[in-house]
Amino acid sequence: MIPESLQLALDSAPFLLKGAYYTVGLSLGSMFFGLVLGFGLALMRLSKIWIISAIARVYVSFFRGTPLLVQLFMIYYGLPDLGIELDAITAALIGLSLNMAAYACEILRAAIGAVDRGQWEAAASIGMTRAQAMRRAILPQAARTALPPLGNSFISLVKDTAMAATIQVPEVFRQAQLISSRTLEVFTMYFTVAVIYWVLCTVLAHFQNRLEARANRHDVES
Amino acid sequence: MITVEKLTKEFKGNQVLKGIDLKVEPGEVVAIIGPSGSGKTTFLRCLNFLEEPTSGTIVVGDIKIDGNRPLSQQAGLIRQLRQHVGFVFQNFNLFPHRTALENVIEGPTVVKKMPREQAIKLGRELLAKVGLAGKEDAYPRRLSGGQQQRVAIARALAMEPEVILFDEPTSALDPELVGEVLSAIRALAEEKRTMVIVTHEMKFARDVANRVVFIDKGVIVEQGEAKALFANPREERTRQFLERSRN
Repeated sequence: MIPESLQLALDSAPFLLKGAYYTVGLSLGSMFFGLVLGFGLALMRLSKIWIISAIARVYVSFFRGTPLLVQLFMIYYGLPDLGIELDAITAALIGLSLNMAAYACEILRAAIGAVDRGQWEAAASIGMTRAQAMRRAILPQAARTALPPLGNSFISLVKDTAMAATIQVPEVFRQAQLISSRTLEVFTMYFTVAVIYWVLCTVLAHFQNRLEARANRHDVES
Repeated sequence: MITVEKLTKEFKGNQVLKGIDLKVEPGEVVAIIGPSGSGKTTFLRCLNFLEEPTSGTIVVGDIKIDGNRPLSQQAGLIRQLRQHVGFVFQNFNLFPHRTALENVIEGPTVVKKMPREQAIKLGRELLAKVGLAGKEDAYPRRLSGGQQQRVAIARALAMEPEVILFDEPTSALDPELVGEVLSAIRALAEEKRTMVIVTHEMKFARDVANRVVFIDKGVIVEQGEAKALFANPREERTRQFLERSRN
């Protein structure tokens, strides 16, 4: 039993690795685009212009208030009705990025808001523009606050990429579905896939810890 | 050096400053005293527009800012003014993620685009001047309050300002650390730097300032040569305030 399952896991390795390649690619890609878009949204949220801030608020509300699965279906199966046809991987990348952006926006907005007002004033008092103050004084401090929750969101994102299987993206979970429907070794396949996600998330958590330690290095009291 | 005319400030219908006129001459040290809630800190913060005045004009050197017009239209001018007007905060407001030296050179390198080498040289000199040679690489968290405030003074000096504003620079300090900060400010006064200092340290105001301005309930009640005002206040309100702060 055990050697047989092991043999099956090994035999499926090339397919699973190919799937993992998509999983990692989707994760990193949507992390990147989600962060960039989320940062833009956070700046919009902090804008004094009512309408700009409102647009960001509605965006966040929609993407946090609807299931990712529904969002993916809208993009992949729904958009063709409007004449926009995307291949599965692009659709998944867009869906995951848009979803990630909503969470990143809230995390970054809160982290920027948590930086002491005096820091803005100190930057202003030496003649900095708001952009300079943001870049030089506020963001480095906000990043420190944002790292732990961002790390959590990234880990969730890695696991959420499994939903891309539902729109035919050949990522690792989809590969497992295909193989197990052929071999009927259901438990072995899904367990193997679980281990792959687990490893990915553990590696990510490790990087998160190292980043946090680095960000906190100046925070040592005498 | 600084000319303030008819400065007013309202917070939600509550008039905190009721038309303040003040002139500060080059090389003059002006101490602003007054009870808490008198508006003295608000006045100081208006001078470099950390607080937005409701009306009035402020002229520093040849930069004139009209508080009656929306400040958003004068943002460039305000930034210029701030480069000529240093500010030292009650609670230091150092950048916690930067070392003492990095805090000091931040303004010169980022705002004035001074070459880094030159800024580091300047920064080291200024830290030495406030008695912090050897602390260049220390992060603010590792410094005492008095040391942090002296780094903040060096940071303000690094912009080579024409005027430095101090907002109760020793109020957040443990009593035993007050002296070192006051001596640093005193040393600047001896160099004939133009300074406006909001303070509760009456003895310091008397000894270091040329002129003392007493503000109460949003107006200048009385001002005059420091020693004379402390010895012989003309107004009853000033007398009462000085009496109370002696106890």
